[in-house]
Formats: sequence, C-alpha cells, structure tokens
Amino acid sequence: MNDMTPIATKPKDWETDQEVRWCPGCGDYAILKAVQRTMPEIGARPENTVFVSGIGCSSRFPYYMETYGFHTIHGRAPAVATGIKLANPELDVWIITGDGDALSIGGNHTMHLLRRNLNCQVLLFNNEIYGLTKGQYSPTSRVGTRSPSTPLGSIDTPANPCAFALGSGARFVARGIDIHKNLVSVLKAAYAHQGTAFCEIFQNCIVYNDDVFAPFAAKPNAATSQLWVEHGAPLVFAGGTKGLAFDAAALALTVVDIVDGDTSAVMTHDQTNRSLAHMLVDMPFGEFPMALGVIYDDPAPTFDSAVIAQNAQASAGKKPDLQKLLSQGQTWQVEKQPHVI
Amino acid sequence: MATAAHDVTPAEASAHPLAESIVVRFAGDSGDGMQLTGGQFTLSTALAGNDLATFPDFPAEIRAPQGTLFGVSAFQINFGSTAIETAGDAPDVLVAMNPAALKTNVQSLKIGGLIIADEGEFGDRNLAKAKYDANPLTDGSLAKWQLMAFNISQLTLEAVKPFGLGNKEALRCKNMWTLGLALWMFDRDRAPIVDWLTKKFAKAPTLAEANIAALNAGHAYGETAEISGGGLGDKRLQQHHIAVAPAEEGLWRTVTGADSISLGLVAGAQLANVKMFFGGYPITPASAILHSLSRLKEFGVTTFQAEDEIAAIASAIGASYAGQLGVTSSSGPGIALKGEAMGLAIMTELPLVIVNSQRGGPSTGLPTKTEQSDLYQAVYGRNGDAPMPVIAARSAADCFDCAIEAVRIATQYMTPVMLLTDGYIANAAEPWKVPDVADYEPFPVQFLDHVPEGGFQPYARDAKLARPWAIPGTPGLLHRIGGIEKQQGTGNIEYGPENHQAMTDIRKAKVDNIAIPDQQVELGETSGTLAIVGWGSTFGPIHQAVRRARQRGLDVSHIHIRHIWPMPKNMAVLLRGFAHILVPEMNTGQLKTVLRDQFLVDAKPLNKVSGQPFQIAEIEAAIDAALAGHPGGEVAVNSDQLPSIEAVTP
Repeated sequence: MNDMTPIATKPKDWETDQEVRWCPGCGDYAILKAVQRTMPEIGARPENTVFVSGIGCSSRFPYYMETYGFHTIHGRAPAVATGIKLANPELDVWIITGDGDALSIGGNHTMHLLRRNLNCQVLLFNNEIYGLTKGQYSPTSRVGTRSPSTPLGSIDTPANPCAFALGSGARFVARGIDIHKNLVSVLKAAYAHQGTAFCEIFQNCIVYNDDVFAPFAAKPNAATSQLWVEHGAPLVFAGGTKGLAFDAAALALTVVDIVDGDTSAVMTHDQTNRSLAHMLVDMPFGEFPMALGVIYDDPAPTFDSAVIAQNAQASAGKKPDLQKLLSQGQTWQVEKQPHVI
Repeated sequence: MATAAHDVTPAEASAHPLAESIVVRFAGDSGDGMQLTGGQFTLSTALAGNDLATFPDFPAEIRAPQGTLFGVSAFQINFGSTAIETAGDAPDVLVAMNPAALKTNVQSLKIGGLIIADEGEFGDRNLAKAKYDANPLTDGSLAKWQLMAFNISQLTLEAVKPFGLGNKEALRCKNMWTLGLALWMFDRDRAPIVDWLTKKFAKAPTLAEANIAALNAGHAYGETAEISGGGLGDKRLQQHHIAVAPAEEGLWRTVTGADSISLGLVAGAQLANVKMFFGGYPITPASAILHSLSRLKEFGVTTFQAEDEIAAIASAIGASYAGQLGVTSSSGPGIALKGEAMGLAIMTELPLVIVNSQRGGPSTGLPTKTEQSDLYQAVYGRNGDAPMPVIAARSAADCFDCAIEAVRIATQYMTPVMLLTDGYIANAAEPWKVPDVADYEPFPVQFLDHVPEGGFQPYARDAKLARPWAIPGTPGLLHRIGGIEKQQGTGNIEYGPENHQAMTDIRKAKVDNIAIPDQQVELGETSGTLAIVGWGSTFGPIHQAVRRARQRGLDVSHIHIRHIWPMPKNMAVLLRGFAHILVPEMNTGQLKTVLRDQFLVDAKPLNKVSGQPFQIAEIEAAIDAALAGHPGGEVAVNSDQLPSIEAVTP
C-alpha cells in the first residue's frame, strides 16, 4: 500500500520543535536520525505518516517526529496501530517499541500483529534492559544479567526477537544496529515491504547496559563478526574470508573458510527462504557471526487489505437503509389504539 | 418503560383489578432447546399482539451433563393485555422437560399453577440425577399444583416416525412438540413458526418436516385433550385467550438488548456522520453485540475480533484517533482489563463508546446471570482522576436510545462514554415500536480540516471544553498525543504542577458540564414521602411495585436514572423533596453510595445479588416496610451502620 510517490522533503523537515529527552549518548539518537534520513528517501508525506509507540525510552520517539504520533500505553501499540490502519489504510503506520514493550507486556499483541500481517513497520529497539524504570533485566537480557531486580544475575532464558517474529508468522524480518550506516537501507526495505515489517535494531543503552552489543557492534569487531545478508549474494563475512555453508547431515549452518575467493561451498542468501531465515536468526553468536540486514522478505496478503475487501464484498449491492434495518425481523403492525382498560 | 407498549396513565395506574397476564416458564436440559422454544413462543406472542417481557436463565455450561440439576436451562415469559414490564414474579405454568427441571423450578410456581411434565423422562436414572427419592409425578408431593404429565418423548417419537430420524434426532423435536402444545394453550398462530423452521432447516428439509410434524402433533394433542379429557381424569387442558395489549399505532418488532444496542450504535454513528469501528473480544453476555454488528458492514461498520480485551479497546482508540467512532464492548472482567486504556482515551480526549453488559461478579463470578455490580467500576474504576460519562439502559428497547445518547456525548465532547446494560437486558426480548429515524436530531461531527486562525492547537477548547478532532491524513495539523500529561493548548508533554492541576480541572469540568436532560419522575409526585430510585434493568419491577403501591394509596414515587455520571442537574433538589429514599439494586448498594456522596441524602439500600432480577413483590414489600417502619424506613441492612443526614428532612 505504501505510496512511494516521492515528495521532496529534507531530514530536517521531520524534526519537531520538542527537546529530545534521551540520555546523552543513547543509541536512540542515532535511530532517530536514521529514520529522519529515511523519510525523504522513501518519499513519505508527513501528514500521511503516523508513529505509534508503547511505553519505554524508545516509545518517546513519536514526539520527535514531525508527523502524526500516538504515544500509547505499555505494550499496546500494535493494537492501537491496528485500529488506525483499519480506519484509514492510506496512512503509513510505524510502530516504535522496545524489548520489554514488545516482548514482555505486549508479547501477545506483537504475536497477533505479525500473524495478521497488518501493513506497517515495527521498529523494535532492543537494548536488553528496562531503561526507563532504571535498569531491570528484560526478556532479551542474557542469562546472568545483573540488575536491580536480579542482583545475583538473571536466570531465565532470553527471547530472540527475530525468532519470535518468524514463529509468529512474520513475512519480513530484518536486523540493524543503531549507529550503523546500513540502518537506512534496512528501514527502506521495511517500508517497501507490503505487510508487517519487523526490524530488530540493536540499540546501546549507555547508562544501564553499555556495550552489551560491542562484541559485534563496536567498530574493531564489525569486520569479523557482522554478516550483512544480501538477497542473491553469497553469505560471506570477515572481509570475504569466511562464509556460511549448509551441513545437510546436521540440518544446520556451518562456518567455512573461503580460500582464493572460492565461494562455491557458501550458501547464497534467498530472502524468501523461511527455513534459512530461521537458521540465520538462531545462529549462536561467537561461534557464528551476527546476521544483519534483510533476513526474510516474502510478502503475503495484508490484514488491512483483506478487511477492506471483505467489508466491500459484504456491502456490495446493498443500500444501507437504517429504517429498513430497524424494521427487520418478526414485525407486526398495530393499526389503531384499542385503549380500553 | 420496559416494553414501550404504552405509557401508563394515572387512570390505569389506579385501575383495579389489573388486566390479565400469564407467566409461563419452559425448563429443561441445556440441550433441550428451551431458549429456542422460549424465543419462538415470544415471537408468536408478540405477533398475537400481547405485551410481554422475557427472562432467559441458562447455565454457563454449554452442554452440561444430561439430566443434572446444574444443567437446567429455563426461559420465562410474562405476557398479557396490559403493560408488561417484568418477566413476572411466579409462573402460572411450568413446562418441565425432566425431573431436574421440575426440581429446580417448581418451588417458584404459583400455588395452584399448572405443571406440564414429560413423564417419559421421569425414569429412575433421571430421578436419581435430580436427587428425587420417589417419582414426584406419582407420590403426591405436587398436590398444591395442577399436574399434567404425559409422555412427550413418546408422543414426539410417534409424530416424527415417518421421517426416519434416529432416536436421538427424533427426540430433539420434543421442544417443538411442547411449543405446539403451548401455542394451542394460548391460541397462537403456528404459521410463523412453520416459516421459521422451514428457513432454519432449508438445507435439511427432512428435519424441517419432522419439527413441523412435532409442532402440529403437540398442537393437536391440546385440542384432543380438551375435547376428550385426554385421559387425565377430571383435569382438562384449557385454552386461554389473552386480549391484545393496548399499544401505540405503528410497526412493532421484538428486540433483545444486544440487538437494540447494535442498532442504536449504527444509528448513532449515522447521526454523527462517522463510520464505526468495533473492537471486541468474546465474553458472555456481551458477545451478541459483536455478532450482530459483524453483519452490518454495509452501514460503514468494521468489526475486529481482537486477541484480548485490551487489544479490543486499544484498537477502538486507534480507530477513533484515525477518524472513526471507536466502540468496544465487554462484561465486568473484560472491562477491568480495559481500565488502563480507558484512561488513555480520557487523557487523549478521543471519542469512544464502551458497552458493559454486566454479569455477576467478582472475578469470573456468574457469567450467565445478571447483576448491576459494576457501577463503581464504571464511575470510579480507573487510576488517577479519570472522569467518564456513564449511561445506564433500563430495558432492551431503551438500549437503542441509550446507545445513540452515548455516541452523541462521545463525539460532541471528545470523551469515552460507558454504556451499562446487564445480562438480563442483553438476552431478554421485548416488543419495541420501531422508531422513525427522522425523529432523531443529527449531530454530525466536524473534523478539523484547516489551520484555525491563530494557529492549530490539538488541546484548544470549544465552549463545551471539547478539543478538536484532528485526524491523521490532514495537512497542516500534525501533532502528537499520548498518555503523558499534556500542556494546555499545545498538548506537548508537561509535568508542571500548575498545568496538571489545570488539566485535571478541565477534564472534570468537561464531563461535569455535559448537557443532559433533567431527571423526570416516572410515576408519582415530584416530592413526597418515599422515592424509589433505580437504574438499569430494575426498571420493570420497580415501576410495577410503585404502581401497585400507589393503587393502595401509598405516597411513593419512582425515579429512574439513565445518566449515572454526570447526574442530572436537578437531582439534588428532586431527591431532597422526599422524606425517604429507597434504592433497589442488584448489588450491595452502589448507586446508594453515589447518591449519598453526591447529594448528602439518606438513601437506603434494597439489595439482591442472587443472579435473578427483582420480583415485584419484593420491592412492594420493601415499600411497605419503608413507609411503615418510621422513622428509619430501613430495609435489609442494619440502620446503625448507616449515616443519617438531618439536613435532608424536608
């Protein structure tokens, strides 16, 4: 649905006059800039754009975008967004959420948004921590995370946002990093996708979880540990010296060395391959690189278009006549008033 | 009035004796089709021109184990030639399809009333399940009633024999046999039921024919039994003729509360000239509204069955933000889940209608039984100072006007509105004079479509203190809203103390000053000794009880409140005009507390939380007690526990 007719705006046109209230050095600033840079490139119209968020640091985002915006309640942004999109499918709807908002309190709504495939973009800012409530561990925190609520270290297994999304039926799954230049291209691909486009953005919380993603996000580690997937290209990383191959016997991916540029053993990325997507998002980091970029993109009919179509079909050829509607069912006519008691 | 058949004139109110009415209760296993039988009998009764009120009373279990006491499903109908406002206190006729149905219902039957029982179901096994030591049909224990027992099961099997149904399927036709007999007893036309069966079983014509045969056989049995005595000794089935009830000229239909609310919401949206978005989640007894609206898409209705109650209201809020009328509906437990989102709608000042079909609580409570115990929840049940208008419908027919009123207030004042009904209203059917749509004044909404002079402010106020409805897609009106406190005018985030005080005051003043009609007195004088003050579905029994008391010369008036919040402006003066105030409610005294709090009056409670509506006699007895037992007039609670406000004595 997303209208790609370009109109001329500059990133600055997407900034509001509101003072940004995130902590200095927060990854959210970089994501905000990336989104404001994306808007002109996709030709979005401010008046047709709605940012909907839940609660948390990330969810303050709409206040800083010169568009329509709705800062809703904790976890419920997908539900509010569903009402907005069904009421006016012409709108570009972006959902801004965090790991706690989308996967803890709002996990149910996230799941149903994805399975229904509402045409919208979901930007999940994953910082693996509850920032706004001062640093408790979150559903994506790794086992052993020490926080005010887990002084001895967290003990529950974290959720993997992209695996959750795929399991919920997502038709578009991508990953980006707050400060990485590729984020804009990920956002553009998400916007171009018809249906719920789920983007996990690794976002550094400088106050409560600083550098938790540094093993792959920090500049010195980027080259060896980031694998930016590209549809139709071999799955290579570490400057083209390593790649991912498929071990058929183990039904799993494996890392292979590329010698003399020979990538014949390396798998080619197919963004419409759901099984591959599952394997890419599930790779344990360390042994494997971090898969980034558009991991899965295979559009299916959207919920909003199906609702509109069914409404239209149900209404076709019917003239809405309220008086007639009220007069339906078993009726009888009282001719005169035999008012005798 | 409950049935809207006609307004009771003072002459009628004092007429004596009351015109004829009859109460029939059909009771059977939850799989016996008693609700269907009752529903069809209701239609035929309405078509015959009687006024009526019904009370479907069924268990929460869909198919409880057969023959058990807890699996009994009952349908009561009160019909007659005068205004009928309740489903009747005690039945005149009880149709009992098995021992469990007899056991659970016979005690409410009038002394001398008629029992029609299917003796084919009174075998040892069923008797044991109903915990009968001996067969009540033969042991004389039913002597204070008239008993007519015949083998309905056998008679049905014989009637449908030609159609070659299996035994189980054939016995399913029992309810139609029974209905046929009931139609004969009250001289009703079978043709509409035959039409209905033909339509219902269009894809299985054999089933249609079998059911029609059972219907006809039941009817014929009545005729024969009357002529021959039917082998029932000196007892004879009698045919009753109930005169046509006086009713206003025009087109009438039967309607349930759920139907009526759906129609009212559609009408309201049309009067407001907006499309409607309904977000719902299945819950008893509110689901019927979702069902009926999902069939009305051609009226600009989008329905969305959400993943939970919270998503249902949140999606409705989203739709309102985007320019449609958001509506959600539930019952108490679901309303509790929606609480936080209601606060969001209050904070963002978006129109929203929330329908609560109340049921017995707390927690899961009594899912299929009626109660009025969510009044506190409606008025006070949110975090923060969160004022929200609350309207209560008094009857199935009244739901239509109340729904329109809810839409009017929501869209004109940019506020969520709660509409209270209850399980009784939602399920009960009553005659309804089809209104003329042209009689309703439209209240079209005005979306802001341009930047006003002096600039756009999303929280600017009009004379009603409502903010503009500026919807996404409109150039020049970009803005952000949310649940965080807003700066006056701009709507930007603002936590300042003065601003929060001002915004809280504005939100309260906006709701307090909603224009609603003055409170009228339904029956009796506008001041005097005793006022019975009710709300919601207690209308029928209160009205009849007050009417009867007045016939006996008692100084009692009936006040029935539609606008629970804010209350009508004249309410304080009106209430203070009575020496005593009695508030019958199907809760432990919630409106009573609100009245005391708001008006410092010595309102006394009359409470019932049995899952059953009030009986007229119960309220009449309370009236007598209140008037006889001076100076307290206390009813049902210990007066020592109640504050007495001297100032209210006239």
